[in-house]
Amino acid sequence: MKSFRHLWLPLALALGSCGSAQKEVKVFLSEPFPQKLSAWHLYTETRKGLKPNNRVIPYSLRTPLFSDYASKYRFVWMREGTSAQYRDDGVFEFPVGTILSKSFAFPSGNSEKLIETRLLVRTRAGWAALPYIWNDSQTEATLQLVPDPVPVKWTDADGRHDFTYQIPNVNECRECHDNNKTLLPIGPKARNLGKELVALWTRVGYLKGAPNDFAEVAVWNKPETGSLDERALAYLDNNCAHCHQPGGTAGYTGVDFRYGHFQPGYCKHPNSAGNMRDLRFDIVPGNPDQSILVYRLASVAPKVMMPQIGRASVHAEGVTLIRQWVSSKSLSSCQ
Amino acid sequence: MSASRTVLFLTTLAISSSLAACKPTPADIQKHLQEQLISAKPGAVIELPEGKFHFDRTLSLTVDKVTLRGKGMEKTILSFAGQKEGAQGLLVKANDFTIEDIGIEDSAGDGLTVQGGSNVIIRRVRAEWTRGANENNGPYAIYPVECKNLLVEDSVARGAADAGIYVGQSENVVLRRNRAEYNVDGFEVENTENADVYDNLMTHNTGGIGVFNLPNLPRQGGKHVRVYNNQIIDNNTPNFAPKSLGPIHDLPTGTGIYVMAIKDVEIFKNRIQNNNTVNVFLIHYKTGIGDSVQETAASPITQQIFAPEDKRYYGFTQQVYVHDNEISGGGKSPDSRIAVMQTMAKAMGGSLTDILYDGLIDPAWGKKANSGQICLENNGSSTFLNFDAANNMKHPITDAKKYACSLRALSAVSIPQAK
Repeated sequence: MKSFRHLWLPLALALGSCGSAQKEVKVFLSEPFPQKLSAWHLYTETRKGLKPNNRVIPYSLRTPLFSDYASKYRFVWMREGTSAQYRDDGVFEFPVGTILSKSFAFPSGNSEKLIETRLLVRTRAGWAALPYIWNDSQTEATLQLVPDPVPVKWTDADGRHDFTYQIPNVNECRECHDNNKTLLPIGPKARNLGKELVALWTRVGYLKGAPNDFAEVAVWNKPETGSLDERALAYLDNNCAHCHQPGGTAGYTGVDFRYGHFQPGYCKHPNSAGNMRDLRFDIVPGNPDQSILVYRLASVAPKVMMPQIGRASVHAEGVTLIRQWVSSKSLSSCQ
Repeated sequence: MSASRTVLFLTTLAISSSLAACKPTPADIQKHLQEQLISAKPGAVIELPEGKFHFDRTLSLTVDKVTLRGKGMEKTILSFAGQKEGAQGLLVKANDFTIEDIGIEDSAGDGLTVQGGSNVIIRRVRAEWTRGANENNGPYAIYPVECKNLLVEDSVARGAADAGIYVGQSENVVLRRNRAEYNVDGFEVENTENADVYDNLMTHNTGGIGVFNLPNLPRQGGKHVRVYNNQIIDNNTPNFAPKSLGPIHDLPTGTGIYVMAIKDVEIFKNRIQNNNTVNVFLIHYKTGIGDSVQETAASPITQQIFAPEDKRYYGFTQQVYVHDNEISGGGKSPDSRIAVMQTMAKAMGGSLTDILYDGLIDPAWGKKANSGQICLENNGSSTFLNFDAANNMKHPITDAKKYACSLRALSAVSIPQAK
């Protein structure tokens, strides 16, 4: 992916050193939330990539959720004098006023076009999810509870991509971000941010209590970062576990894909799947072609595909990884 | 309450009049309703006009205390035919939810899902796949799961590839005056505690109703289910569940009611007739699901490498009181796919009995007769067979008098909304 992430990194890291008359970030802690993204002052430039405002710092995840090959630009901001509390497992405990922003862009000509920016804002009443949709001229994004789907097309080394990108509505945000009816961030966990970012967040005052050493997840597509097993577990953690964990949207299935809590459904009948051809088990160790997990990842049919929302195309490289992983398990039949 | 109702009703009127005036695209209607569901405040009543409205994405609601009301299950129709995104028709994750007088058609997956809600009312709702029985239909028409204090009444479910009206991992449930037809299972009560199922019609399904527990689900220990005053008749639609739906694919075509891996079940005053494999089927998990699956899951190598067996699970069926039912005409033409049914029918001279029991008992219950407390009383001239599954059918029992006993009647389920 073409990335403009690093372009503005040095500027972003000059935290608080900017002496211009630039407006500072403004956070809204209750409804009504602003209709325009610009009201938050998160970015000082948007037409040629997102240039973050003071104290708005970019971050990335070691193994992210697949979203139709979109480039994702993540930023975090907290109020001066506040910081998140480190947690070993799960997302950090963020202070009121935290803004996490994630922007989705697709290739367009020689550059990229921003489609949407999702804000997660830690209000006094908990997290709020706010989807802002960008205009064509990339100057402003507008809050839309139920955004229209967007057709996207581009061609790259892998060939032609042509599909309708479904922007999640506010309730669909909850399907992934909900645990026991509480909206939570998903990405910013220590193991998925990694040591460098945890150190950086600590240095700028955004994080307290981080130990010097902790376990990182593997980067799903970098074999030098972990074994096949570790990379597959990282992929499943970040693409499936937000729903498949106790209290999550798919908690009732009893399947748990969280790293360190792994109960993926070996030789388990699915409890509420639709027609999965003649497949009978979630995972048949050693046999990806007989595993519903693989079948669902390789599908874009609404009732077959997993995740159920948030993608309209198949993540071919992810499917390959999970196929290899299922193949690597012994046993080739569940009955 | 009344104030917010008025305001929302005006909003609805505004939308419906604009609908009438300028014939909006289906996308506009979809957008308005989803926006209303997102913006609703607790206490809101969202009224939908008559008409058939098309949606190509799941509709969802997460706000508590919302009522969604149409003009009748045949008049206000939410159609999901050709759905492009989402696996459900209407997906609700909220407490104090009421839905009334609405039809839900042709969703990609389940029709109406209510997940984790307390005090839920589903009333005069029709959830259906209009092409009829088909393996590509969604698994469940009406699918409340992990609910507490649930009422489903006067509703209709058709065409589900698993169960028409399903209740799972829930407690305090009343299902009454509903009709389930042309589903694989008409009703399922799964891993659920305290349920009353009465005055329903279950007909032309593969099976009328299943009451059971399954392993590997977060909530275990379902029990205390009363099934009474129902018509469980002519459930002989050939099983159309795809293999991937698991055990339901193996449900014998022509099953009236089956009870599996559960205790404290009372079945009374029902008409259970003309279900061609068996009218009443009382079984252990192994009989229903098959040994091989359980043995695989429990084998040392599986346990060593994979998920352990669910230790909370108990596969025996006990304390089932079947009394005062009209049971007749069962077992005339057992499902030809199920070899064991065919074998038994042959041994019985061609037909199976009305009531079929696998006779599996836990040795821990002791040696006294009928230690599983399966009690059959006053069920007319119904025929009976305990096929002695433990000993490869060596000592079958056909004399129902050996199971003539009574159990204490189970208490009625009390939920605030079903007075």
